Amino acid sequence: MQLNFEHHQSAHCENGVTSNLFKFYGIDASEPLIFGMGAGIFFSYLPFVKVNHAPGSSFRPMPGLVFKRAAKNLGLSIYRKKYRNPKKAMRDLDEALEQGKPVGLQVGVFHLSYFPDPYRFHFNAHNLVVFGKEGDNYLISDPVMETSTTLTSKELQRVRFAKGIFAPKGQIYYPVNVPESVNLEVAVSKGIKKACSDMLGIPIPFFGVKGIKKLAGDVRKWPDKHGNKKAALYLGAIIRMQEEIGTGGAGFRFMYAAFLQEAAQVLGISALDELSEQMTACGDLWREFAISSARIYKAREKSGENYAASADILLQIADMEKEIFTGLKKAI
Amino acid sequence: MKKDQIPQDDANLLEGKTRDLCYAVDENGNYITGLSTGWDPKNAALQHALDFFNERAEKVKEKVIKGKLSPLAYFMEARYMDAALLADYMELSKRVVKRHMKPKFFNKLEDDVLKEYAEILRIEFSDLKDFPTS
Repeated sequence: MQLNFEHHQSAHCENGVTSNLFKFYGIDASEPLIFGMGAGIFFSYLPFVKVNHAPGSSFRPMPGLVFKRAAKNLGLSIYRKKYRNPKKAMRDLDEALEQGKPVGLQVGVFHLSYFPDPYRFHFNAHNLVVFGKEGDNYLISDPVMETSTTLTSKELQRVRFAKGIFAPKGQIYYPVNVPESVNLEVAVSKGIKKACSDMLGIPIPFFGVKGIKKLAGDVRKWPDKHGNKKAALYLGAIIRMQEEIGTGGAGFRFMYAAFLQEAAQVLGISALDELSEQMTACGDLWREFAISSARIYKAREKSGENYAASADILLQIADMEKEIFTGLKKAI
Repeated sequence: MKKDQIPQDDANLLEGKTRDLCYAVDENGNYITGLSTGWDPKNAALQHALDFFNERAEKVKEKVIKGKLSPLAYFMEARYMDAALLADYMELSKRVVKRHMKPKFFNKLEDDVLKEYAEILRIEFSDLKDFPTS
């Protein structure tokens, strides 16, 4: 049994699952549009939270939020359920498929057999869609993969019940009560407003533009405070969040610039095209930051000057993003 | 980033299984998507992290060879796990899993338990059972 579901590749799993599921219900929204309506652009730097021995950072909000906000801003309701009992979790999935619904699933990547080995860490907030079942094989649309794939029921159950932080607990989700027509204008404006307040307005120094500044200050101190080995690992962890986790390049900045171009069309505001260009330039700076930082972890030698160079770029980025989001706030 | 700048620095980290979708602008300044096989600074960051974990695992391996720890301790480290996570997967208490890190207790484990460990750690049963001690 196979539903009439189309697999489209995306940069990020959550955006992709959202976009592909919404398309199934007739809402034609690209990945950038979903990302923008869901206010996906963000920055957080949490030095007191250690992830894999390095400070935590992120270029997007908590897992699930982009989907939730995009759905809310478009007026869709979402059915969600977590499970204790794996058998029940698999049975409910089968039932939903039989009712003709493609199902979004939260999974862990460590046991995800089709994933490239070097990427199989204990990351549990990965998303995919199941859109059919043939014998014991589930048809899988994993939006970060170029083509759709399959998993056996045993493999699927294993990844749905991955353990550790953000344990998926078999979570399933799909849209319900999809309206006849949606108002893109409203959803796009709401998404932009939310992004502006997240990037500029959170009054603690770990989030948004303030978070980027805080990181700049810390990067400068890392080599003296922690030694080069740890400092290089810390810097590498930031770059991995920026480039590795399906950001489409430059920590989602290019994707957001693509969104602003679409938003200019949807809202008929030409200022958004200029802001998109600025966001592209900002993304290019984030790439500069990665290149500058790579010199450090590739050389593996004490290089305080290089840390300062990376920190300087971050300060430039912080100023630029402040200007962009202030401009966006005015434009909407 | 311009369309023709979408990097193709393949370091085989994606193992040819997929390519990354990137956003870039075309010659008219419009956003398009393209596929990338990798980017040097990004590859280097992941490789650096993999080397860091590998180095930690190798240190544990030395202790296993000296008979101070069981093979389980090595594979746990090599798979970026700690006793709490492994215990969660095994549905055992952390205390029990920690005990299995000691050769004295590990050597008494039933094959079925070893097979379960092997499956969770994505290794072969023989990797645990016949760990090379030299």
